[in-house]
Amino acid sequence: MVDRTHIGRTLPPHSANVEAGRLRLFAKAIGETHPEYTDEGAARAAGHPALPAPPTYVLCLDFDAPDPYAWFAEFGIDIARVLHGSQNFRYFAPIYAGDRLTFASRIEDVFQKRGGALTFVIKETDVTNQHGVRVAELRATIVIRDNEGGQE
Amino acid sequence: MTRAFDSVAVGDALPPLMLPPLSRTTLALYAGASGDHNPIHIDIDFARQAGAPDVFAHGMLSMAWLGRMLTGWTAQQNLREFGIRFSAITQVGERITCSGRVTEKLERDGERLVRVEVQTTNDAGEVKLVGDALIALP
Repeated sequence: MVDRTHIGRTLPPHSANVEAGRLRLFAKAIGETHPEYTDEGAARAAGHPALPAPPTYVLCLDFDAPDPYAWFAEFGIDIARVLHGSQNFRYFAPIYAGDRLTFASRIEDVFQKRGGALTFVIKETDVTNQHGVRVAELRATIVIRDNEGGQE
Repeated sequence: MTRAFDSVAVGDALPPLMLPPLSRTTLALYAGASGDHNPIHIDIDFARQAGAPDVFAHGMLSMAWLGRMLTGWTAQQNLREFGIRFSAITQVGERITCSGRVTEKLERDGERLVRVEVQTTNDAGEVKLVGDALIALP
């Protein structure tokens, strides 16, 4: 069971590259057709030094950690019982293809609702680029359904 | 495209973004592109074992659609904060509409900002994601 002793724990930091090809695939997956997100020439014409990463893409690179769900296992969380409750982004500087981002996460809070049927884990992640500039802060609420409630 | 702070009023609606019915292909593409390989979104056997009737959409796919609506309305570098709560699961076959509305104009740290309330809904009007964005406007 996830308990409050995990509050304040940090997860191992990791780094990931923002790749133009992957940005194009992401644009395709979300149906983004604005050329500044897929075409370097259009991106430069719009004043960007390279393809920009769309607003939510930065979270995707947090999944590029060698084993992004390792902390679930370590905390005793069954991935089949996990729901994404909420997600917040704060943006401080743009993110472009060619950047290398470093993700440093910590567990901000753990609490329960509905008599323990639901456990909430708040994870905050600071993202900095290769110049040491803080580009974004991510805050995720992970909801874990009780695994003693029997068959659903 | 430059949208000026003074040209925006509380209550203004953003142009909605209407998506085609959600396909399994989109879920597979999104899993690969996003790096979120949680099998519950792409493997129906796994989803059923977990008690779900079918695979269902990554919440972050819907948030990315909301992001498209926002960056279609204002330049992305104006986006300061973007947060949402997932209130219902988006199922395969559902047709999702992203909508947004200006709810507040404010000033913070010398910047003029507008708060935009955003949501995704299906054809029946069921709200799937709800949240808001803070956008700096010149």
